[in-house]
Amino acid sequence: MASADATNLKIVTKNFGVVDSHKLSVYTQRGGMQAFRKALTMAPAALVDEVKKSNLRGRGGAGFPTGMKWSFIPKEAKTVYLVINADESEPGTCKDRELMAYDPHMMLEGMLIASYALGCKHAYIYIRGEMMREATIVDGAIDESYAAGFLGKDHVTAAGSFKLDVTLHRGAGAYICGEETGLLNSLEGKRGWPRLKPPFPAVKGLFNAPTVVNNVETIMNLPDIVTKGGEWFAGVGMGKSGGTRIVCVSGHVVKPGVYELPMGISSRALIYDVCGGIPNGRALKGLIPGGSSMPPLDASELDVPIEFDALMTDTRIKDVEVKPGVAFDLGGGRKLKTMAGSGGVVVFDDTTDVVALCARIMEFYAHESCGQCTPCREGSGWLARVCRRLANGEGEPGDVELLANVANGIGGNTICALGDAAAWPMLGFITKFRADFEAKLAHAKTRRVAESAAAASNVGRMRVVP
Amino acid sequence: MPPDFSAQSKQRIERVLSRYPNKQAALLPVLHIAQDEFGHLPDPVIELVARTVDVSPAHVYGVVTFYTMFHRSKHGRNELMVCTNISCMLRGGYEILHHIEQKLGIKAGQTTPDGAFTVVEEECLAACANAPMMICGQDYFLDLTPQKVDTILEDLRRRWREQQKMAPGSSTLHGVGPLPAPKAKA
Repeated sequence: MASADATNLKIVTKNFGVVDSHKLSVYTQRGGMQAFRKALTMAPAALVDEVKKSNLRGRGGAGFPTGMKWSFIPKEAKTVYLVINADESEPGTCKDRELMAYDPHMMLEGMLIASYALGCKHAYIYIRGEMMREATIVDGAIDESYAAGFLGKDHVTAAGSFKLDVTLHRGAGAYICGEETGLLNSLEGKRGWPRLKPPFPAVKGLFNAPTVVNNVETIMNLPDIVTKGGEWFAGVGMGKSGGTRIVCVSGHVVKPGVYELPMGISSRALIYDVCGGIPNGRALKGLIPGGSSMPPLDASELDVPIEFDALMTDTRIKDVEVKPGVAFDLGGGRKLKTMAGSGGVVVFDDTTDVVALCARIMEFYAHESCGQCTPCREGSGWLARVCRRLANGEGEPGDVELLANVANGIGGNTICALGDAAAWPMLGFITKFRADFEAKLAHAKTRRVAESAAAASNVGRMRVVP
Repeated sequence: MPPDFSAQSKQRIERVLSRYPNKQAALLPVLHIAQDEFGHLPDPVIELVARTVDVSPAHVYGVVTFYTMFHRSKHGRNELMVCTNISCMLRGGYEILHHIEQKLGIKAGQTTPDGAFTVVEEECLAACANAPMMICGQDYFLDLTPQKVDTILEDLRRRWREQQKMAPGSSTLHGVGPLPAPKAKA
């Protein structure tokens, strides 16, 4: 847990609540664009070093170190693209939408800094199609920034002249376009099919040029990293995760919301101290710590910090199992626990039908599978159908094992992580809430026995009819 | 006669094309512009878009059918995107959807006979902290209750009727005349 004085630290949400926070005049009045001016006096390589030192990690889901991602761009590259992933679609996640609505200029300043560091001349923002209001706001901010000469105009820098163009690109409704290579294909005017890696985008990305894809929240941390330094940013974090963390809490809590909190706050503190606990005097059953792709935690695992490494390795979290006693192997001796993902925390109380909740998640992935890889295309459909029939009390003996088996067949066997995103929570829900699944089966059995008894008595009556 | 873009759309398209190193990359924005103008994307519009960005109609068709926001058939003037994903589900998203279906007398995926509403069951719309919720165009309707939904539907229908009066003779479905397009230019 970060130090006490960091408890109220706001980095990316510091302008929330300010009137007209989306306007450039308000943003600059509150110190905005100073970091960009400072960045221009530094060498690009020094900026990359500063980001490395900051321990900034990608906030889109995977938690990959941003500085390292940047350093993969070949030095000799002539054309480099920066793409902002604003295709926020992970169920339970609602931070990027609010960040763009309330502070689009912080995102643009972060983009200016990153583009200067990377040698990018044209950056794209890929915004989710459904977010029409946010698209309008960001578009207005881009216009303002052009008019004020931040975009589209040459700047004198420590490394020669620098000019950046920014284009907003609207998606059209496909969860898979949040996967970075699916996003790049979509941006190129194709179906959002993820690409086989390697080559990674840093080598061959948008229009075949080296490309960095960063999440909205990630990029918005850059101004403060430049102003206050990488070491400061690393210092307010926890372990190898610098900075603060935005968590979006939804579901059964008294005060759901988007909160910027110290990196490493525990689920318990988050739910009971920040969000006012569980409503209606009920008890907590479990939570999903980082968007619906992540295995859930049960009520005994609340004290683990919500931080990238802790959620993957802390021994207080049970291993996700393929079958009782056999952990899901991530390779390299690592066992699957859960992940901090996109910061979408979904809390559910003890009245929740966990099997129905899981079925809804599986239906989501079945709907969003892009169809390229057979294990995911077919498997996600199986997970959805079998889980739904279990939830409806129509399960067959062996269904729980069937679900685990199908999920195990998807995980790790697909081009992109959508397959894992369906398999992991499935296995996680069975591991943590197996009793709920078994209860549904028992219920189905009782019902079937009653039905066949009724059918038998009907048959008898039929015979009486002449 | 094959359809063509209005002067206003042509201007938007020209601007969009200037933002990408090749024409094909402008396909999604051009499809948005086409759908704004024509309401949906039947074959002749797909062919028009294909000519505009220099790709085959088959490619455009593949892209149109991949993304859920592009429609091959006519949709209602007010598209109600109701989220039923987990965060909304836990707080009554399905009750809201069923309430709307019952009020409008249609099922999710259908359009009311007068063309005023289309109801869509949506995946997570990124407003989880205000569940249950729905989007209609640029408007977010948050922390919904059945009572709130009733008021919203009445408001939207009144606004739609007023628009009908302003454009006599126009189709009940959008597709005729320019729509108040989203401001996105790219």
